[in-house]
Amino acid sequence: MKKDVLDPQGKVVSQTLKNMGYNNIISVRQGKFFEIELKETDKEKSKKMVEEICKKLLTNQVIEDYKINLDQ
Amino acid sequence: MKSSVIVFPGSNCDRDIAVALEKFQITNQMVWHNESTLPKSDLIILPGGFSYGDYLRTGCIASKSRIINDVIRHAKKGGLVLGICNGFQILIETGLLPGVLLRNKKLRFLSKNVFLKVLNINNQFCLNYKKKDIIELPIAHNEGNYFASHKLLQNLEEKNLIAFKYCNEAGNIHEKFNPNGSSNNIAGILNDKKNILGMMPHPERLIDPLLSGEDGSIMFESLLKSQ
Repeated sequence: MKKDVLDPQGKVVSQTLKNMGYNNIISVRQGKFFEIELKETDKEKSKKMVEEICKKLLTNQVIEDYKINLDQ
Repeated sequence: MKSSVIVFPGSNCDRDIAVALEKFQITNQMVWHNESTLPKSDLIILPGGFSYGDYLRTGCIASKSRIINDVIRHAKKGGLVLGICNGFQILIETGLLPGVLLRNKKLRFLSKNVFLKVLNINNQFCLNYKKKDIIELPIAHNEGNYFASHKLLQNLEEKNLIAFKYCNEAGNIHEKFNPNGSSNNIAGILNDKKNILGMMPHPERLIDPLLSGEDGSIMFESLLKSQ
């Protein structure tokens, strides 16, 4: 979720943590995590493809951001 | 007998339960989740619904409500606790019952009547059923797929803590008659002491011939008899 988009779930989780006594919480934002296995072995090509996947399917860029971590 | 129905933001079967309790002359009080103490109760019911919009995991946020500390105390002292549907999910998230309830296997919200086999009648919720009774109750859920480790399932079976299993009209328990993919066709389980019952089907929805059946009434009659 982009920073300026309201995330009700994150807010509820944050409030619940505070109720549980975790007073140092500033805020919580909830997102999604995808593990994608690729046949592609080239790093650059992989990154480009996953970026495309993020844009075309996994995120709605009006409200969501994405971050890609490539592991070997 | 005195009961308390805990009401969470997003509960939607709390009124149905209240009507059922009233019908069986159980003195009931509705208790808001943010209260810190429970009124004196013999029975606590966590109703169905979508507490907190199912945020994070079904039943998860509700399981951290202020009133839950008292519910856990009541349960640990041996007091009766019944969790129906979302209430079952909440009981699981509090750790009062083991396992987890996953998305239905076919990824669909299910709303229909199912047949159940009553497998444990040695508890205060099921006294008036007969062992191996086949009953019909409605289900209405998206996350009712009971999942547990092989070891836990074995433990539940060996200790006879499975109260209900999904079956067909003739009482056959088979994967074919499993609506949501639950391990071992489990529809409801008890804790070791059998004072806590969690179940996905809704007994409160079949308590009158006008509602097309009374198989749910038997549970409320059992609770009364247990007093």
